[in-house]
Amino acid sequence: MVRRQSPLRSLFGTHLPVLAIVAFALGPYIWMALTSFTPQEHLLQAGVALDPQKWTAANYERLVGRTDFPFNMVHSFIVAIGTVVLGLSLSVTAAYAFSRFRFPGRRVLMIKFLVINMFPVVLLILPLFVIMRRLGLIDTHAALIIANATVAIPFSVWMMTSYINSIPRSLDEAAMIDGCSRLGALRKVILPLILPGIIATGIYIFITSWNEYLYALTLGGRNVRTITVAIQTLIGEYQIEWGLLTAGGVLGAMPATLLFLLIQKRLISGLTQGAVKG
Amino acid sequence: MSSAARTVPHGRGRTRESVSAFPYLLLTPAVLVTLLIVFLPMAEAIFLSLHDYVVWRPADRTFIWFGNFIAAFKDEVFWISFWNTLLWIGITIPAQALLGLVTAILLNRDFFWRPVARALIIIPWALPSVVIALMWRWIYDANYGVLNDILFRLGIMQSSFPWLADPDTALYAVILTLTWQGFPFFAVMILAGLQSIPRSYYEAAAIDGASNWQQFCNITLPGIAGVLGTAILLRTIWVANSIDVIYVMTGGGPGYATHTLPLYAFIEARSSLNFGYGSALAVIFTIMLTGLVLVYLSRVNRTLD
Repeated sequence: MVRRQSPLRSLFGTHLPVLAIVAFALGPYIWMALTSFTPQEHLLQAGVALDPQKWTAANYERLVGRTDFPFNMVHSFIVAIGTVVLGLSLSVTAAYAFSRFRFPGRRVLMIKFLVINMFPVVLLILPLFVIMRRLGLIDTHAALIIANATVAIPFSVWMMTSYINSIPRSLDEAAMIDGCSRLGALRKVILPLILPGIIATGIYIFITSWNEYLYALTLGGRNVRTITVAIQTLIGEYQIEWGLLTAGGVLGAMPATLLFLLIQKRLISGLTQGAVKG
Repeated sequence: MSSAARTVPHGRGRTRESVSAFPYLLLTPAVLVTLLIVFLPMAEAIFLSLHDYVVWRPADRTFIWFGNFIAAFKDEVFWISFWNTLLWIGITIPAQALLGLVTAILLNRDFFWRPVARALIIIPWALPSVVIALMWRWIYDANYGVLNDILFRLGIMQSSFPWLADPDTALYAVILTLTWQGFPFFAVMILAGLQSIPRSYYEAAAIDGASNWQQFCNITLPGIAGVLGTAILLRTIWVANSIDVIYVMTGGGPGYATHTLPLYAFIEARSSLNFGYGSALAVIFTIMLTGLVLVYLSRVNRTLD
């Protein structure tokens, strides 16, 4: 680890093993992408086309032209944005309270937010369905936004608390000496400083809501069908059309994957901070 | 981004504000909403679990005390699901942790394409579980699947094999998929732990003549023990809870070969519309998980100031 390694040693000791792991991580995704570019007839006769000259966009054209896929993307977008807004707006003030004040019940409340993410989804999904049906909210965006918020709010409270903790308290105090109220200090000093953190948290909530499946399946329906449920319904009744399905998989996974790559550094530093200390 | 950035020391009751109602006011919206959308439904789940309740027949809701719970312990499928859950967690978590550890150690070395490798390796983490499940169904497909194709070309198998349709292999096929999905999380967490070990420890050990293996056992492992423990706990809870991949891949089949407890609860409610029994199964599973959750919470509690 300290001494310099010879080129041969580093090839077999580092480069090739890392390459193998990267291939394992990406292989299934690449295989899915290759399948999506292969025309249906070719797939049935000769399997997945590895030759780029045989690739077509036929599966994608069929997906966008003949199914409701574009509408499903809009529904997913509405639900995800709604969850982001709800999750972020409720958690900023809560995180500020956790970070800047010491008050009786603080630990209990922090643990309360943490414990929510440990509850099994099944424990919540059945009663949520019963409650939403009673309220007539089944098959609405509101139902999915509320269900996704059960995960988004606690997650975002914890992330924000860790971001605000990293801002020196002397900044709040300076702002208050200059005549700001507590809330003024939060809005004018803290919020601009943690903006990158807020954006990363918001994007992560967007990704998890976009990828969410079980709530969307149970609480959605004909009117509100998100992308994850739509992909599942692409499975035909008698025969699975893998070309269409994999095209749906590539398109459906695209927004979340790109966003994840965009924020991975900041997100990971936020996620691992607590764990490394522990 | 560290707690050391806090310049002003603070203690309980240092300022007048710390005893005011203000922090509670700031917390009210988040606390109220989570009470409404999480804790109220939970109470409803417990309420449902004590009833014989089939949705779409609301008139038939009858209170039956612990009837559902007693039925569960006599239910053969419950026990099949229970053992599957143990097997599933018992293999998936160590596999994820081990692969994550190897990945983290490799990524902790200096090589020119490290940032690229690190970004690519976490892709499985970002994919929707439905896409993961369908992608792997395609890989395992008996007729056109690439896995059979590869094994055939390598001469390992003579004929194609239905990995997900055979009760003996279905659970292990799902476990491989979950290992693939979860190892990047371990890699990222362990890597953060590795980077917190001072380099000088290794230098000192090398001067004292410690071998690579000795360095690994006496510096690396103790250095990442905390992170590893937290990651294993968190991941066990998450993997135990997650049913989406398995639901889309096999739907619990063939037969009951890939039923886990939370999946059984979900299927009971979704297919049989038996919400009373399904809720009881979910409650039993939650109680089983509580021990792990408490261990995790007590670890976190120690780090809270």
